[in-house]
Amino acid sequence: MRERFLVGFDPFVLPFLLGMAFVLTYCIIGLIKVILQLSKADRRKLAVSLFKPANAWKNLRDMFCDCLIHVKLWKRNPKLGYMHSSIAFGWFMLIVFGHIETFIFVPKKAGLFYYPIFFRYFMEMENYNLRGSFFFFIMDFFLLVVLSGIVLAMYKRIRSRFFGMRRTTRLSITDRVGLYSLWAIFPLRWIAEGFTAGIAGGSFMTIPINLLLKNFMSNPENITVAWWLYSIALGTFMFALPFSRYMHIPAEILLIPMKNAGLKVYHPRKGFSLAQIYTCPSCGVCIDACPMSASRQNLKDTTVYLVRQIKRNNARRMNAMTDKCLMCGKCQEVCQIALQSYDIRMRIRERATYNVGLKYDYLDSYQPETGKCKVLYYAGCMSSLTPVTGRSIKKLLDTARINWTQMDAGGGVCCGRPLILAGRRNEAAALIEKNTAVIESSGAQILLVSCAICYRVFKEEYKLKGIKVMHYTEYFNELMEEGRLKLNRGELRYAYHDPCDLGRGCGIYDEPREALSRVGIIAPAEKERAMSVCCGGSVGSLTLDFESRAPITEASVQNMLFSNPDRIVTACPLCLKTFALYSPVKVVDFAEALCDGLEKKS
Amino acid sequence: MIDFGYTLSKSGTLKIENLDDSRFKALHKLEPDAYKCINCGSCTASCSAGVFTELSLRKILLSLQRGDEKDYINQLQSCMLCGKCMLVCPRGINTRHLILSISKIYNTVDR
Ligand code: SF4
Ligand code: SF4
Ligand code: SF4
Ligand code: SF4
Repeated sequence: MRERFLVGFDPFVLPFLLGMAFVLTYCIIGLIKVILQLSKADRRKLAVSLFKPANAWKNLRDMFCDCLIHVKLWKRNPKLGYMHSSIAFGWFMLIVFGHIETFIFVPKKAGLFYYPIFFRYFMEMENYNLRGSFFFFIMDFFLLVVLSGIVLAMYKRIRSRFFGMRRTTRLSITDRVGLYSLWAIFPLRWIAEGFTAGIAGGSFMTIPINLLLKNFMSNPENITVAWWLYSIALGTFMFALPFSRYMHIPAEILLIPMKNAGLKVYHPRKGFSLAQIYTCPSCGVCIDACPMSASRQNLKDTTVYLVRQIKRNNARRMNAMTDKCLMCGKCQEVCQIALQSYDIRMRIRERATYNVGLKYDYLDSYQPETGKCKVLYYAGCMSSLTPVTGRSIKKLLDTARINWTQMDAGGGVCCGRPLILAGRRNEAAALIEKNTAVIESSGAQILLVSCAICYRVFKEEYKLKGIKVMHYTEYFNELMEEGRLKLNRGELRYAYHDPCDLGRGCGIYDEPREALSRVGIIAPAEKERAMSVCCGGSVGSLTLDFESRAPITEASVQNMLFSNPDRIVTACPLCLKTFALYSPVKVVDFAEALCDGLEKKS
Repeated sequence: MIDFGYTLSKSGTLKIENLDDSRFKALHKLEPDAYKCINCGSCTASCSAGVFTELSLRKILLSLQRGDEKDYINQLQSCMLCGKCMLVCPRGINTRHLILSISKIYNTVDR
């Protein structure tokens, strides 16, 4: 190998160089902006975590696994995983080996940015040796890897179903520019290296196309044109990058350390949140996952489009999309970058003004008679609308001879979560304070709740000293495990629905299933546990009206009917009421299902 | 005035010619469910805050429909947005958003 030209420069490298300079400047400014937006405490947290060896290692590993190999995507969807990682990892390897080649053969040019990229243009092969052919082979191999990814990406645009996706993201104009230039880069590289393969050498990819059109290809004028085109494609991509979804490439490198430092979203489009927004590659996985996608008119309100509107700072759309969302958390669960859409939406809601002067001073006089008891049951607003829940709980508790009282039998104070979901966190504090006082004065050891919504807020927002908050699924399962509650097993097949706030919200999946399997047979739903589908009744959505919720509920019911159950069981009064409207089979509360095991005493 | 032997009493509730429903129309734009209410009172009967205060969503909606926003609207300040009314409403009205929209348009902060 030796250099073909005295000056290692040709004007065709300019589009690439300018693009590269532009991207680098943009990213450095963006990085400084994001860091400055962080609070002092967060900045310190980030700095400390960067220098902790364990964290530093985790950062490196995550960067390799997430940015290059896309491990999470592989697990979710292997075809998509291959497509993304072949392009990302293949391209990365091309760059790495390009640099190694330069270092080995022309170390004095290693400082030139563009040299490794256009290596095959500037070099000339004297004779084949093992070291040279090794590089020829490696470079062609990774070129093939990238090209296979590009072919898949093109096919995905035509037939997304092949990848198991019903819908793909509708791209914006800049996304398209980025996409088409990205598609163009590698075929053009292939052709350009094919043109010079006769001079600089090549392997199984580049030599054949060189041999195919030998005369045309060895014409020096044609050679320069091919390399110009390659460089222009690279340049176009770089210039489009900051304004397109491809900004996720540099942004993810920043996001990973921020995530590992444990930062929190404090503003919808500043600091940590901004880094997340730019790391979303618009993969569109969250569109199909979103329960709202059951009807077409809501497709545009899914998380991938919210991210786009946040980028554009379109306040009107941001608010409308946020208010519609059911806050079910599914999009966050399926997202390969675990974009914290729940927190981002909460911050948007907290910024909305309603001129609603909520005042709860009337609660001062509220002093319910709880007496002294071991277990204090808080039904909450929703459970009081499903009296069967309360009746069944009473039966079970009395059967197990538990010393218990209901705290809000004559009407109680709301747990505060609906207010928080409406963005009224400060106002909710008054309710939380009141409930805390009542609960603590009862001297109970266990606070029993039968509503997933209440349970989540008690877990996340309340600080109850010395009192264990238990969802009734946990509690009854524990009673059965300890042998204090004995139930008979019947033949009924139960399909258990994971309420959003209980499952994805608090991670309770096993207890209800264990308990139910003691009274009957579990009939699995099509999508369950973390993939469970919101019932559509969620108080998380502020603007979805009754009619638009219907298709969501119908889809969710269908999901539950997957293995022909006799009953749909849910552990949330809101799901219970919602499902009951549309389900062809009987929908029962969790406690009601357990009571099936009380009756058949033989 | 000619004496017919009887008098017309003044209308007690509604003067249609004085009705200013521009705000109610704005409310309807924000939350289309505003027109759906049939004043059945289910919301009021099940209201969590209604146990402690006079809050009656039925009365509020009725008074707003009549273009009379002064009488009851400050009751909304005690609402806990719990959503029970939404679940019981036979018309499927999105009451939580209706309440928030009323506050936005009629401004219930300093009443
Ligand atoms: S939010 Fe997550 S799942 Fe949705 S498009 Fe972005 S990366 Fe994909
Ligand atoms: S939280 Fe649920 S409803 Fe909201 S966008 Fe995500 S998946 Fe859709
Ligand atoms: S949301 Fe407000 S008006 Fe409706 S039931 Fe709850 S406290 Fe009453
Ligand atoms: S329950 Fe619905 S229809 Fe009945 S008064 Fe209340 S809002 Fe109106």
